[in-house]
Order: sequence, then structure tokens, then C-alpha cells
Amino acid sequence: MILLTRKAEFSAAHYYWNNAWSEEQNERIFGKCANRNGHGHNYTLEVTVAGEVDPITGFVVDLKLLKEILEREVVGVYDHRHLNLEIPDFATVIPTTENIAVAVWRRLDGKIPNARLHRVRVYEMPDLFADFYGEFGEEASQ
Amino acid sequence: MKVYLSRRYRFSASHRLHVDHFSDALNQETFGKCNNPFGHGHNYVVQVTFSGRIDTETGMVANLADLDSFAQEHLLARFDHTNLNTLDLFQNVVPTTENFAIAVERIFRQFPHAHLESVHVEETGNNSFDFAGDALTPIGRY
Repeated sequence: MILLTRKAEFSAAHYYWNNAWSEEQNERIFGKCANRNGHGHNYTLEVTVAGEVDPITGFVVDLKLLKEILEREVVGVYDHRHLNLEIPDFATVIPTTENIAVAVWRRLDGKIPNARLHRVRVYEMPDLFADFYGEFGEEASQ
Repeated sequence: MKVYLSRRYRFSASHRLHVDHFSDALNQETFGKCNNPFGHGHNYVVQVTFSGRIDTETGMVANLADLDSFAQEHLLARFDHTNLNTLDLFQNVVPTTENFAIAVERIFRQFPHAHLESVHVEETGNNSFDFAGDALTPIGRY
């Protein structure tokens, strides 16, 4: 089995806010991330797929095809958008790096022919990233 | 649901690789230029990975403000712009980055809000070390 990783980038705005909390509690827990005007990041997405090498092409998956899938399913949807206000993935969950990794997994799982999604890594900044390996556990049905 | 959150911290320090009971020749043979008498320095990168469920209220595995404040107190304030050889931690062990990685694991496993999954330390852009399970090397007070 070979693991193959493709990177993609998108830029988006977000803020951290829990509607069930008071303004004071949101500001205490989320700090400057709770600014309701939002702020933004250049996100880097790394998608790793696992599969066997095709004996004819030598590919696990055609990188051009993988690039197109990432563009269609994720980058084209998230890029230059406000994640809280425009993206349904974050209608009920806060667009933290962790939740973005899970949302990207949901968007990509099952969409990549001849390979299995292995890991989604989302960098919010070069020094902060989240990994999701599809370990939904008991929440798999949600 | 299991998600991994990784954070990278940077600091600069000096060290000298030297074993007191080795002869000068053996120290030089073993450690080469790392044994030069007045030490040398690196820009270190410490990458810590935590795992856990995403808190449904915050969307987070661990609150970054808590982790950054823990790292500031227990990592950066303690090691940044120091000479590692002068610290209690390295009075009886050589301040290699292998030994430093063991110390980093012991520090961050005390972080109370998430489970420490792994530790990765970069000494330079070309040398890096991962803590992979129990370390048998005895190390000083941390």
C-alpha cells in the first residue's frame, strides 16, 4: 500500500462563537477569536489517500484528478468565504481547525476513486494544524 | 470521534555535547564539532500533538490559549535563550535533542486538558527526533 498526499490552499474568514453562551463567556473562552467581525487565515489542506499502485499507470490515483476533486469539493466551496456565515458545514459547529478537518473528511470520503481516504490535515497557520483519520467512533451515524 | 491537534513552538538555545569522563580525544571523536569547547546554538522547533474528542461547546480538542500558556510557562520560559548544559535537567545527561525530546514528553504529558499523543523536536531543518513510546534513558529533574 502507498500513501499519497496532495496539498491545496484556501483563504477564508471565521470567528469562534457559541450562541448558548453569554458575550462575556465567549470572550473569556475564545479571546480575540470571538471578534464578531471575524478574522481570516490562509489555510493549507493536506489530503492523504491510501491505495495500491496501478500496474499500468504506476499511479495510486491520478494527481490531476485528485486536484480536481479537492478543488470541486473543498477549495471551490471554502475559498474566499466566511465559514460561519456562508458554509452550511458550520451552521451548527464552530469552524475550529479541528471541525474543519472533520468537515473536509465528510466532503471527500468516498469521492476518490481507487483509493481510501487516510488522513485530512488542516493547517490554520504553519504552527497549528489538526489531523483527522475518520475516527468517528460512536458519533459515526451523525 | 478522535481528532489530533498539533502545535509547534520555537525557541533558541545553546548546548555542547560532552561526557566528563571521556578523554578529550574520545569526546572529539564521538561528538565532533558538537564538542567544540564553548558550545553552539540552534533554533529548535518543538511540535506536540494532542488527541481527543472535539468538545461540542468549543469545537476544540484543547483550548489553544491554555496550551500556549502552558508552553510559555513550562517550555519557552525555561529553555529559550539558555545554555542547556547549565540547566539542572542536563547535569547528568548530554543535552542531545534525543534527551531533550524525552524531557519535552515529560513536560507536556502534564498538560491537564488533552491527551499527549506524540512529540517531535527539530534541532535544525535537517535533524528531527520523535518520541515514540517509553524512553529508558534516565534523565535528570524535569
